[in-house]
Parts: sequence; structure tokens; C-alpha cells
Amino acid sequence: MGLIDENLRQTPLYALHRELGAKFVPFAGYDMPVQYPTGVLAEHRHTRSQAGLFDVSHMGQLRLTGADVVGAMESLVPGDIASLGLGRIRYTLLTRPDGGIIDDLMVTRTTAGLGLVVNAATKAGDIAHLEAHLKGRVRIEILEDFALLALQGPAAVRVLERFAPEIVALPFMASRDIRLGGATVQASRCGYTGEDGFELSIPAAAATSVAALLLEQPEVAPIGLGARDSLRLEAGLSLYGHDIDRSTTPIEAGLAWTISKRRRAEGGFPGADIIQRQLAEGTFRRLVGIVPDGKAPAREGTEIWVGDAPVGKITSGGFGPTKGGPIALGYVAAAHSSVGSRVDLLVRGTRHAARIISLPFVPHRYFRA
Amino acid sequence: MSTTHYAKSHEWIRIEGDIATVGISPYAQQQLGDVVFVELPQPGATLVRGKEAAVVESVKAASEVYAPVSGTVIEANAALADDPSLVNQDAGGSGWFFKLKLSDTAEIGELLNEDDYTALIAELE
Repeated sequence: MGLIDENLRQTPLYALHRELGAKFVPFAGYDMPVQYPTGVLAEHRHTRSQAGLFDVSHMGQLRLTGADVVGAMESLVPGDIASLGLGRIRYTLLTRPDGGIIDDLMVTRTTAGLGLVVNAATKAGDIAHLEAHLKGRVRIEILEDFALLALQGPAAVRVLERFAPEIVALPFMASRDIRLGGATVQASRCGYTGEDGFELSIPAAAATSVAALLLEQPEVAPIGLGARDSLRLEAGLSLYGHDIDRSTTPIEAGLAWTISKRRRAEGGFPGADIIQRQLAEGTFRRLVGIVPDGKAPAREGTEIWVGDAPVGKITSGGFGPTKGGPIALGYVAAAHSSVGSRVDLLVRGTRHAARIISLPFVPHRYFRA
Repeated sequence: MSTTHYAKSHEWIRIEGDIATVGISPYAQQQLGDVVFVELPQPGATLVRGKEAAVVESVKAASEVYAPVSGTVIEANAALADDPSLVNQDAGGSGWFFKLKLSDTAEIGELLNEDDYTALIAELE
């Protein structure tokens, strides 16, 4: 504790996190703030009631350019990229020929081409995958000199409006450039908390001053990875490497909504045959929301039983501060996946009754114009 | 007059006669962060020194609490079921975990005193 692990990378905001009294953990090769002195619960609640500032600079920011960039991207993801208007954002997946998920990502249509935001732990693999399949068709740039901040919560728009009044009209899942703290910042109205909010791509040299400016605003508090996880879990949003991975398909994961009618019909992405078949016939298991009856959290890896048969496993589980109790995501056999189904969770050898609920655990409050 | 002893695994033990009250240290609660659930042993349960006795869950993770001495549980702190945050607010007092009847008072000699435990934490920090 207190020692700096020299093998870990630091984001451009590292010194600011230290100044703010953050507790650090290694995450995806980066030394990241897991919480600040107020703690995870207070940070979680602050984000739901005001606005939280998250450093997510460890995530990968990529720029893809080239005449054929849209067609090239559609050859690797089931999302509808062709129908994306300028400045619009799509949540989609890099898929495998067997239908498994290589990563989940955000794709933005920009004047230059496409902007991608990929997960930190998977970014090296994603880049290799993109290069292997798209070499010669598109140019892939890794935006190493950009920080990524997320400003999330009901007051986020009010805060940004102070500096960039035009932000108010930005639709959900849309992106535009604004001026903030003397820098040009790409603001995208999206996030990972279920709240209204923005992700801000900022030149690394300006990142600390922009973050400091936002933290000066009375509504804004710094939020670590601990609350980021409890917020996304309550919002029912999958975490790559836990709820989705190479062994799960988009249909099993409840992500069929990310595949448009045209792409379902046409296919043309890795694993299309399997994904189309699962869309038509269903899957053996499904990712569901689970609420234990009692107060004991059921963590990742907890077995799910019905009667004397194991029917699944928890993939993310913990305490939902806004929900006020334990919540979990997990895969269960289709027969037991309908809302209201009763299951047992095997926590430290003891069965705890739980029920399947309709996601999310806490309603989304995204901006709808 | 009771004395507080500590285990290297960050539990505290207060002994009066052959009854020990056990909790986790202020340092341990600070490391855990916000406590949201505590699983306590049932009265009558036999605990063995160094073996799992309770589980404390923060928002982030579940952590095991070990029995600093061997004995039979006579009471678990029922207040923690309603308000697990007592562990954060008052780890050394109202946030106690359980009381047990010692089975081997000689084990007390293996524990750390206040000064030794303070020195241990100083090393960790």
C-alpha cells in the first residue's frame, strides 16, 4: 500500500487522483482509482442524485478511416453502422465465427470516418483483430494522446451547459465537439450508469485542467471504479469478461436489440449463421437479472439451482446501493429464465432463495428529447 | 478491566473472564470500505482459531473473518443484520461481531497487544 507499481500504466489524470486521495487498484494494466475518501456508497449515490466524474482513460479510443470504412466495420460487428447518421453512436459487438463476443464497443460516425471506444482489458486484442481483418481496407489509428472522462448523473447536462449551452439539445447516443476549459472536447451523450450523462474525449495535455474545472462545479464529485461497477450493475449493463465473453453469444446475453432488422436478414458478420439461428429458435441459456430474497450478496461464480439441479451461474453480483439490497446478473437455463421464476443461489454452501426480475434493477433515466 | 488483543488477520478480541468479544479492527473496516452485509456464526457454533468465523461484505467484495481464538459462540451481534454500517461507524464498539466462550485460555498469549498491532499496521501503510 502506498507503493507505486512500476509495471502499471497511469492515465493522464493519475496525479489528480492522488491529490484527491484516491485508493488505487490495478485494473487492465493500469493503476486506477477504485474509490475516493467518501467511499463507494456515497459516490454511487452522488452519481444518481447529482453528477459523478469518472476517469475512463484506460479504455481504448480508435479512429478508423478509409472510403470503405462503414462496410469494413459491418463485416466485423452485427450492429447497423450504415444507417448511422453523422455524429450518431451505436453500441455493438465484435463477434467470432462461433457467435461468441470478442468485445463490446461504442461506434460513432464522424466526418473523418468512425470513432471506436473499446474496453481497456481487450483493447490490444481488438486492435490486432481489426488489423488482421481490415488491413488494406481501412486505416486504424490508436488515439493514445486522448483522455476519456465520463460525467454522469442528472446534473451532468446542467454542468456542461454552463460552458457549452449547445449541449442541452444533444440527443442520447449522439456526439459533437464542444469547447471546455480552453480545449476542444468530443462530447458523447452516453455512459455506463443508466443516468443521463456524457463521455468526454479530451487531448491528454488538457485533461487535468478540464477535470479540475468540472470538479470545481458544486454538483460534481470524483467517482472510482467501485461505484462505476455498482452503477452499471443496477442499470443491468453487461461487463465484458464477466457477463459477456468469447463463450457467450449476443442472443444469450440479451443483446438481440443491438442487431437491426436489416442486419438480422442480411447477416454478413462473424457468427451470423449461429446468431440468426438463435434469433429464430432461442437459446439454451439466457442472461437474466436476479434479486435474492434476503440481504446476502451472491458474487460472481455463485451456482444457481432449481430443485436438485444446477441451472446456471452468477456472472456479476453485489449490492445495489440505490436498489437497497443485493442484485446479480447470471446465466440460467431458458426454462427458468422467465420473469418471476424462483431459483436458489448457493452462497457458501447455503441455499438462498431468489427470483428472476426484468432488467434493469434501477430504471434508466437517459435523455429523451 | 478488560484488555483488547489483536490477531494478525485484523480481528480484535476483548476478554472478560472466559468470554471473548470479537470484531474487526478500525484499520480493517477502513480497508474494506462500506460494509453492506455481515454473515455471523450461530450461537452454539464451535470456532477454531485461525479458521473462518464470519463473512463481511463490502460493496466491492466478500472477505472472511477468522476466529482469533477457539471457543463456542454464545451470541452474535443482531444489530449488524439491520445496520451493517455499524462496522464502519464503530468497528471497535457497537460494530462487534460475536461473543464466544474460550476453550483454551492459553491461546490469548499468541495474540498481539495494542502496541504490536499498531506497529503491524504502520508497516502495512
